[in-house]
Amino acid sequence: MNTASARVGTPAASLLPKLSIWTVGALLAALFVALPLLTVVLIALGGDTEMWHHLASTVLGLYVERTLTLMLGVGLGTFVIGTATAWLVTMCRFPGRRVFEWALLLPLAVPSYILAFVVTDQLEYAGNVQTWLRALFGWTRPQDYWFPEIRSMGGAIAVMTTVLYPYVYLLARAAFLEQSVCVLEVSRTLGHSAWRSFRRVALPLARPAIVVGVMLVLMEVINDFGTVDFFAVRTFTAGIYDVWLNMNSISGAAQLSSVLLLVVLALIGIERFARRGRRFHHTSSKYSALPSYPLTGARGWLATAACALPVLLGFVLPASVLASYSLRYFRATLSVDYIGFVLNSLTLSVSASLLALVVGLFLAYAVRLSGSHFVRSATRIASIGYAVPGAILAVGVLWPTGFADRIFSGAAGLFGLTLGAVMIGTIAPVVYGYLVRFLALSYGTAEASLGKVTPSMDGAARTLGLTPMGALARVHYPLMRGSLATAALLVFVDCMKELPLTLILRPFNFDTLATFVFQYASDERLEASALGALTIVGAGIIPVLLLSVTIARSRPGASPERPEKE
Amino acid sequence: MKRLIAAAALAATIGSATGTPATAAETVNLYSYRQPFLIEPLLKKFTEATGVKVNVVFADKGMLERIRAAGENNRADAVLTVDIGRLYELKQAGVLEPVNSKVVEANVPAHLRDPQNLWIGLTQRARIALVSKDRVKPGELTSYEDLADPKFKGRICVRSGKNAYNVALIAAMISHHGEAKAREWLKGFKANLARKPQGNDRAQAKAISEGVCDIALANNYYFGLMLTNEKEPEQKKWASAVNLVYLNQGSSQYGNHMNVSGAGIVKGAKNRAAAVKLIEFLSSDEAQKIFAETNFEYPVKSTVERSALVKSWGTFKEDKLDMETIAKNRALATKLVDEVQFDEGPTS
Repeated sequence: MNTASARVGTPAASLLPKLSIWTVGALLAALFVALPLLTVVLIALGGDTEMWHHLASTVLGLYVERTLTLMLGVGLGTFVIGTATAWLVTMCRFPGRRVFEWALLLPLAVPSYILAFVVTDQLEYAGNVQTWLRALFGWTRPQDYWFPEIRSMGGAIAVMTTVLYPYVYLLARAAFLEQSVCVLEVSRTLGHSAWRSFRRVALPLARPAIVVGVMLVLMEVINDFGTVDFFAVRTFTAGIYDVWLNMNSISGAAQLSSVLLLVVLALIGIERFARRGRRFHHTSSKYSALPSYPLTGARGWLATAACALPVLLGFVLPASVLASYSLRYFRATLSVDYIGFVLNSLTLSVSASLLALVVGLFLAYAVRLSGSHFVRSATRIASIGYAVPGAILAVGVLWPTGFADRIFSGAAGLFGLTLGAVMIGTIAPVVYGYLVRFLALSYGTAEASLGKVTPSMDGAARTLGLTPMGALARVHYPLMRGSLATAALLVFVDCMKELPLTLILRPFNFDTLATFVFQYASDERLEASALGALTIVGAGIIPVLLLSVTIARSRPGASPERPEKE
Repeated sequence: MKRLIAAAALAATIGSATGTPATAAETVNLYSYRQPFLIEPLLKKFTEATGVKVNVVFADKGMLERIRAAGENNRADAVLTVDIGRLYELKQAGVLEPVNSKVVEANVPAHLRDPQNLWIGLTQRARIALVSKDRVKPGELTSYEDLADPKFKGRICVRSGKNAYNVALIAAMISHHGEAKAREWLKGFKANLARKPQGNDRAQAKAISEGVCDIALANNYYFGLMLTNEKEPEQKKWASAVNLVYLNQGSSQYGNHMNVSGAGIVKGAKNRAAAVKLIEFLSSDEAQKIFAETNFEYPVKSTVERSALVKSWGTFKEDKLDMETIAKNRALATKLVDEVQFDEGPTS
């Protein structure tokens, strides 16, 4: 879609000066975001490679195998659950559909390490489930019966799938909603069943969005440490921390992280290559009500169950376990400065999500305007910070900010002033780190959404005298509103949960809900911080609800006051 | 969109304003690898006693990189850690400067601090065995070497071999026996595991109480913390299922493996005087007593008594192995863990 569409938007050579402003701006912004990643690569190049020899001859194969298994399992799981539930609630009618539209997003608010803890708490030997089974069958020892090991690869895949599928659901649903009904009607007219219409028309059209969702999931899987560590599944990321902290080699850790980056770039490249030359714009503006296939009887209830299960496991279970712990340990944790933690979390998350939205939209639009492969590649590289383990990315953030500090204080020194650090030790590096880490969410979403705006719109807008900025504000933005809200809220929810970056970069005497919870969770004493964990989940619900309202109204042609579906 | 940027900038300003420590009174800025639970009451006492305000960042990794990246703008004055590994790493990175305090030198024995006082040990912790009261006979397990004895096949639980405390223990084994023997030992240890290494030290006691295994390794203070845990009484149950065994206590044996938690002063510390005061306080009778009584660690100051509970476990012989020898062998220990694939557990 890319080159062709972009060129339509920039038909005349006379536009070149204006274009270059966007291009240069995009390159600068991309460089700014890519600095920490480049730093990681630089650190990697500065070290020797002795560690590789050791790893290759011992555990590297295991790490790679584990990481790939995890990616495959979680990738497939989230794709199936996310796409299927999105299709069901968008296109079908069945009991509870209106509730599931928003409820399916709720697991997004649950950090995966918290779900890991809760699930283990329930399913381990001393947990409620096994205790009940032992009472029922009269078993007394672990040797008396077989029960699946929770702290395992299977457990990790299940837990991560359960909290990550909403990424796919969200983007798939937005894509289904933005699809013109015409293509579906044509498909039905040509004799396709609802299922075949889904498979042959709706799914391929939603592919860019679904791919973005699955890629986000995969990057989250790659950089996760908390969950896999808790489940004793030693992945590549575990190896990175090991090389850093036990072999005291940050350069070795940076080398491993750089390899992860290459893998992600390759994945992105493969996917782009696979859909080269295809276009996904909507050429029709006919957006009448969606068809709503009625599912009746058993099929209806089956749909209900399919949608209810992820919500129950991913949200109702952890929330209720945390709530019961919160009640039990309420007095023990009440003295802690909750309001302060909540405000800190909100300040960071709101700043970062607005920043990520602006930068993501700017980059996506600039790429569309310029149509240059170079700009596109630069922005794509800039937005893969999501795949780097957070603590390593934090180190990547530290160096450039420390360097900037030295320039500032050096400049101040010329005027006889003592400035000290103006960045390190403030929240600026934290917000910067969040931007680098979560830009993939906003850029990816904005790019996928822009891709659906047909270039003839750009052409028409420009012919009618709009500047590129004017076209963005008056043509693209209204069409993309839903997706952009999605992007901002995704970033917000992720920032609320973010731990490793925050831990390393935050100011003195500064805690967020996540760092507070971690202090207990790292000691496997989540009970004591259940209220904090519950607050993270609770704080995630509000944006999730907002999100679902915005998406429902985002369908082109839907009246803002009244959602189109009754 | 401009409004959005303005809002973000405003939010950033407010945030950085609240995050900036006050500079009016004397302050000390602390990077702590140690969890805040125990440290906070100690720091409160320090501020009450001296009027020095303490600003803290707690993080379990990355503080060295933060100090290095800030360069001459570094704001941290002192660092607290939970094991010798981090202390030695900071020293090797050249970011520490000598503490140079007669008070500290009088409080902390020479073998528990750096020769140039670049790092100061504040407490000792022993890596001990917890054994099932019902299923392990007295004298059945007496040494670290026993952990590799085939008679314990399928009976041992332990957390990840990559955990700092286990790495230090394996490093000590390398120091005592050499690399080749240590590798054989680790292989035998692995073969005796009841399950894949997982959880923290407390989780191993829990596993013994559930009957998953009979023997576990843990730091001594976890045993004390579980026995006295009123907030989470189920931990008392776990602890009551096990006995504590000090290892390698025979007359010809080298004694129980020990680690230190400690502190250091960051090179070029802007509040050096306050940082020295803090470390002097942490090695004083008052603070050492708190370490001993509330966290069941061994005070480094010889005149401060161990807690009554710790005393009830009896006296024991400590492994006097030099701390830096252990620290130097950590990388090799980590490699051994990889080589024998310790963390894959007994089946592979």
